[in-house]
Formats: sequence, structure tokens, C-alpha cells
Amino acid sequence: MSRKSFRQAINEALRQEMLRDPRVILMGEDVAGGQGGSSGVSDAWGGVLGVTKGLYTEFGPDRVLDTPISEASYVGAAAGAAATGLRPVAEVMFIDFVGCCLDQIMNQAAKFRYMFGGKARTPLVIRGMYGAGFSAAAQHSQALYPLFTHIPGLKVVIPSSPYEAKGLLIEAIRDDDPVIFLENKVMYDDEEDVPDEPYTIPFGEANLTREGEDVTIVAFGRMVNFANQAADKLAKEGISCTVVDPRTTSPLDSDTILDCVADTGRLVIVDESSPRCNMATDVAALVAEEAFDALKAPIRRVTPPHTPVPFASILEDLYMPNPAKIEAAVRSVMGYKAKQEA
Amino acid sequence: MAGTIIPVTMPKFGLAMTEGKIAGWLAHPGDDISAGAELAEIETTKITNVYESPASGILRRQVASEGETLPVGALIGVLAEGEVTDDEIDSFVTTFQSEMATTGNDDKADGAVMPEIVTVGSRRIRVQDAGKGADGAPLLLIHGFGGDLTNWMMTQGGLAGQVRVISFDLPGHGESTKDVGDGSPATLAAITNDLLDTLGLARVHVAGHSLGGAVALELAKIAPSRVASLTLVAPAGLGDTINEAFIDGFINADRRKTLEPVLQMLVHDKALISRQMVDGIIRFKRLDGAMAALNAIARASFENGRQKENLRGVLERFDGRVSVIWGAEDEILPVSGAEGLPAKVAVHVLPDTGHMPQLERSAEVNDLLTATISA
Repeated sequence: MSRKSFRQAINEALRQEMLRDPRVILMGEDVAGGQGGSSGVSDAWGGVLGVTKGLYTEFGPDRVLDTPISEASYVGAAAGAAATGLRPVAEVMFIDFVGCCLDQIMNQAAKFRYMFGGKARTPLVIRGMYGAGFSAAAQHSQALYPLFTHIPGLKVVIPSSPYEAKGLLIEAIRDDDPVIFLENKVMYDDEEDVPDEPYTIPFGEANLTREGEDVTIVAFGRMVNFANQAADKLAKEGISCTVVDPRTTSPLDSDTILDCVADTGRLVIVDESSPRCNMATDVAALVAEEAFDALKAPIRRVTPPHTPVPFASILEDLYMPNPAKIEAAVRSVMGYKAKQEA
Repeated sequence: MAGTIIPVTMPKFGLAMTEGKIAGWLAHPGDDISAGAELAEIETTKITNVYESPASGILRRQVASEGETLPVGALIGVLAEGEVTDDEIDSFVTTFQSEMATTGNDDKADGAVMPEIVTVGSRRIRVQDAGKGADGAPLLLIHGFGGDLTNWMMTQGGLAGQVRVISFDLPGHGESTKDVGDGSPATLAAITNDLLDTLGLARVHVAGHSLGGAVALELAKIAPSRVASLTLVAPAGLGDTINEAFIDGFINADRRKTLEPVLQMLVHDKALISRQMVDGIIRFKRLDGAMAALNAIARASFENGRQKENLRGVLERFDGRVSVIWGAEDEILPVSGAEGLPAKVAVHVLPDTGHMPQLERSAEVNDLLTATISA
């Protein structure tokens, strides 16, 4: 056990799985060199944010494939390689770039098992950075997990901390279906204790980071940390919150969410993605349908507005959910009074 | 002022504790408290435990409120004996807290004894080595099935002030290598013996808990001259049966909801099993190789609710001091295992205690251990 950053935890998961299984390969733009193109040091950077640093040196060009800037070609190649026996981890850098290779993911990889009568396996992992807060502007800041969650045949993982990232990525690599693994780019320097050994965290099992009696907060990815901050502050005022980190949006641990809402009777959902047809709406629908009688107040969603992510950092701050907005939502459901019938 | 004011501070449960939360007060202001009476429940990242009053007196002030988290050494309450006015208590609290703010927390500086990885043959073993003994042999602590060195945190934390205390993760457990060989107590004892070689320890007092008790007995069998004394806490190897539901449940439960009731079998006061403790065990079980190791160890020692090996013969032959400590309400290994032992064995059955006396009755267990190793 030692303290590791989110970045190191992901790097260690990749490295340990490459050591364990020779079929595991990496593909992507700059996964070997990054900005070291003319420096003469071929793993100078290890991806644009240094996540794959050192792996090219250790495993060589046969297993760490720096690809041309053509998502359609290498994501398609990765899907084919997965279907024919390798276990590729393809990185699309900013997940926003999925626009260039959605057919390979949505119509090919996600459908192989189904279309080939269960005879095909597609052990493919697609890694990508998501999220705002970096002033990276509208084309490099989206939280597109609802898009992938919408597609049957894909598993979708959003780790909320370094410990979670390592265990979930190892699980993703060992999984026989295509997995979209989304890393919040603002979290790469977050640190916590992470075991040195390999370990797995199963998909479809939510984690409760706080347990309380008054309000259930369901939060995704980086929002889990925000929800914890809000819950800790509210606890001092006597409002106790359960914080649910679903870990994966597909499969989704509906049982745990419903159990928690049954206990608290109030629900706030925090989702960094655009508000229409996102995970907040999905979870709200689940609870409205399955746990209506448990609700003591309307469900509240904390999401950005339905606009592109602003570039200006002041506007980006306004756009983002944050602990203060979560606190306000919790207070509002706590203060809800049903209208008296006339 | 005719009386005495006694500060009550956040205790340090185990070596790694830096802060604790007041889970609940068990005494009210105005109560006449005797030393050792239950004062408060304190929650740490590892365990929730009852804090017994370090002194006698009237509880005059609960400085920390329920739910509050404070660093080790911070003032949580005030006891007083004799005539002390409220004003005197107020000024004591103010002075104590301003001194704490300026001098900081001394425990933080010297208290953090970190475990280290020691290579023993082909295995990596996590060892926590704390305290300095005067001349006598150090104390070696061997945890049980599914545990790790933190099972001894109250023991090691409590005794390190007077003796060198060494705890470690058995192979297959904690952060040690998950290769357990055939998983038998004899094999684990042989590895423990190698660990003592590596650490350069010719002779040690040995305390073993549960399966670690059987390992301690095997160690006394293969290296009798190395073992200065034996303290067996709810040990395996002395009785016939084992709670199969616990072993199966521990191996098979993979979520907090299913594992928590299994872990609650370990203790008499079910509230001792904290959320963090359950999470820690789930995390351990998810390490590569951990499940295979647990299965191998369980298969080697237990079958259909029976213990495979009876090690009572070791006690007949062992000529060092032996004490056996058992909780009267043990749900895992029944306390009947303490019956009919050789006369030289000092048997201590603790009332209202489950399978974890070293956590549930840490002060008593520490006293008994001290008596055994200093005799």
C-alpha cells in the first residue's frame, strides 16, 4: 500500500495487466511519446497527460502502439484485434473525439457478441478523458458517459478516486466485453492509498462513501468528491446524507440506489453531463417508477445547464456543479413541504 | 482550589491512529467515574471502541461533542476530584486548548510507526516493529484467519511503551505475498520461523489469535527453544469445532451487506464492527490471490465445521509459560476449547466477550500479556 495519484493508479493497472497477460496491448495517439516527438526520447511524456509514461520503454513498440491521428482506423483496428484474440486498451485522448469513431464503437464493437449469436467476444477497453474544469473549451470538456450508457453492449465505468481507478481498470481489461473507461482529467493528481498488488472491483456494484439518514446523493465520477464535501459540511448542521457512487453507469446498481432512497426518502442526483437524457434523468426515472412511495420530497438534479462547456474560466465555474450547489439542493429537499389539499 | 482537575484526551488506539471521532458519550456530566469505567465510544478509521476512563473523578465537562472528530491528544473531557468550581474548569479548558494549539500534537511526530516489507525467502512479509524492550525477548503477535497485523493494534499500541512488539501479516493476508503453500498452520509456522531468522530474533514471546494460535503452537513444536512464552487468544488447535458459517461466509460474502453480519459473529458487542473495517476486508479479498489463499488455509485446517488438527500435545511438551485467553461468548471457536488443559496453563475466560478479546477487552488482554511475558 502506498499513496498514489489517479494517474499513477491507472498507469499501474495497465502495467500490471500487461505483465500478467501478453495479449494486453495499448493503442492510441501519443501513448508512447506524447510531446517528445523531436526530443529523441520516445517515452518522454507517455500520452498528453503522462498516464502511459514508461510503458513504451518497458514493453516496446509491439505492445505500445503509437497510432496515426485517425480514431476511425485505430479504434476499428482495436475492435477487430479484440474480436480475434488480443485484449487492446485503446485511448481516444479526449473522449469528445469519439465523434470520429462512433461507428466502430456503437455499430461494431458493441454489437459483435449479439450479431454473431454469442460466438464473438470483444475484450476491448476504450479509455478517454472527460469533464470540464480545465478551461479546455467545448470540444475537449464534455462528459459523454450518457451517450455510451445509452448503447446496449457497452459497459461504462467512471472511477471516482485513485483506488477506484486501479481496481475498475483491471476489471475492465479482464472483462470480455467492450468497456468505456472515462477518466476525469481534473483528477489526475488526486492521491490516496492504493494497494501495490493488482485487485479488481466488480462492475454494477455501487459504493457508499457516506451513510446517512436524511438524503441520498447519487453522484458520478468527480462529483462523488463534491458530494462528499457537501455531505460533510451538512453533517455539521445535523443533516446526514448517504452518498452513492454507482461506479458504473452500465451496468447500473439500481438495487443499492433504491435501497438508499427507501431509507432516506429524499434524492439528489449530481451529474456533470448535460442535463437532457443524462444519468440524473435516468436515475430520477428509476426512483420515480420504483420507489415513488418512499419519496418525501421531489427529486432534485444538480447538473450543468444545457449549453456547450464555456471556455472562459469564470463561466466554466458557473456552469459546473459544485459542493455549494449540492448543499443547496439538499437543503431544498429537506425543507420541502407538501401543498395541503384544498 | 482544593480539588484536582484531570484532562481526558483523545486516546491513541493502535499505532496508526492520528484522530478519532466521538461516536457517543457513555457517561454524563456529573457522573462519578471510576478508573476503567466506560467513558465514551470512539470511532477511528479502523474500529469503534469503548474508551475506558484513565482516572477516577466526577465528569465535569464533555469538551468534545458527539460526532466531533479530533486529533489524538486533544482534550475531549474534564474529570475533577474534590472541590473545583466551574470557573476553574473553564480556565483549565482554555489553557489546555491554547497550549495544544501552540505546541501542536506530539503524538503525530513520534507516533507514526509504519509497517515495512521484509523479504523472507520467496515471500514478501509486511512487518510492524514497534517499541524497545529493555533486555527481555520481544513479543511476536500472530493474527488469525482473514485478519492482518491491525488486529493487534490495541495490543501493539498498548504494549510498545514497555516492550518491543512485532506484528506481521501472515502469508495470504494483508500486504504479504499471497502464496501460502499448502496453507497449513505448520507451513505458516515454518515461514514465521524463517521471518524470525530474517529479523535476527533468537527468542521471542509469542501471542497467537485464532488460527494464529495454531500457528504459535506449531512454532513451539518446531522451534521450542525459540519460544519464551505462549499466549493463546481464542486459539485454533485446542478444540474440535469451528463455526462453519463464519468461514464460508467470510470466504463467499463479497459485498458490505453480506459480509457485515458475518464479521459481527466475531464480536460480542456488534457495534464494534465499523463500516471501515468491513470495507477494509472487502478490499483485501479483492486483491489478486487473496481468495485462493483463504481457501487453501481454510481447507488445510477446517472441514465441515471441524478442526482437522488437535495441538494439545504441544502444550504437554512445552516447558515455557502458557496462558490462554478466551471470550465466554466466542461464536467462532467455542470457549469449551479452554477446558481440560494441562494444569500449568493459566486460563482466563473473559465474560461478555466474543472471538476478539484483544480488541473487545484490550486493557485486560494487555495486562494478562504483560503478566505472562514479565514472569
